[in-house]
Amino acid sequence: MDPVAAKWIGAGLAAIGMGIAAVGVGTIFGNFLSGALRNPSAADGQFGRAFIGAALAEGLGIFAFLVAIILLFVV
Amino acid sequence: MAAPGGKIDPIGQFEIKRIVPLEIGGLDASFTNSSLFMVIILGAISLLMVWGTSGRALVPGRLQAAAEMSYEFVASMVRSTAGDKGMKFFPLVFSLFMFVFFSNAIGLIPLSFTVTSHIIVTFALAALVILTVIVYGIYKHGMHWFRLFVPSGVSPALMPFLVLIEVISFISRPISLSVRLFANMLAGHITLKVFAYFIVMLLGAGAWGALSILPLAGIIALTAFELLVAFLQAYVFAILTCVYLNDAIHPGH
Repeated sequence: MDPVAAKWIGAGLAAIGMGIAAVGVGTIFGNFLSGALRNPSAADGQFGRAFIGAALAEGLGIFAFLVAIILLFVV
Repeated sequence: MAAPGGKIDPIGQFEIKRIVPLEIGGLDASFTNSSLFMVIILGAISLLMVWGTSGRALVPGRLQAAAEMSYEFVASMVRSTAGDKGMKFFPLVFSLFMFVFFSNAIGLIPLSFTVTSHIIVTFALAALVILTVIVYGIYKHGMHWFRLFVPSGVSPALMPFLVLIEVISFISRPISLSVRLFANMLAGHITLKVFAYFIVMLLGAGAWGALSILPLAGIIALTAFELLVAFLQAYVFAILTCVYLNDAIHPGH
């Protein structure tokens, strides 16, 4: 296969990982919202924790983005 | 704006231009547009905080309310995440939050430059945080700080693997902290630029130009969304800094 084509296909495959990380972030905020609607008085105290969880879940998608960027611009 | 030949060039906005070329001992230390915007950001923050707190009215005006709100917001974040002992790091977290938020927000102004869309800037900030965690942790707790990597209540057979995983997760912290901010800013600005090119291309396509109102509406909505992202990424950067500092102040699981 043409190496340039393989590079672009690899970057596209890495983008799938970012989509899967989006599923994780959506799960966290969906569960936070359903919990917050059941007990609104406790929601404010857990707001920061929801963001820490989302940031950590997003971190793994960021590595997929990093792979795509490295394939496109460095390799 | 449009690149020659009608080609889309969404990366050009991140180009670093030298304003005052300067070379010290073979190192390129020029005053660039990135440096210029860092000076503008520092000026804006200083103006807000100095001007906002100079009146000290009992009923705050708009500027004083903004200064007090940002202070209260970061102070409660540090206190709830890193405890009262973490408050000695409040100046660090507050400076990081304000710098990241202002550079994200000022970068949203058309034709301006986003400092945080460069990985070297965000990585320098993240390296500062992680080095602070390591140096303070070892200074405060000595060798006991390394218990951070040893989870308690684990069977000895699993221990080497878990220690390895903990070490890898610690090393990946500065990478994910810096790349998160950089990637969000880069992707957001590229999206804005691509939508802006849609308007230009539709206007140049005769009768289809009537449709150019659609990407214009899209770009307005995206700018509002990017403002949310600008705040959110500054918040995430600051709260993760607090979480990591908490590891230095209270190590061990």
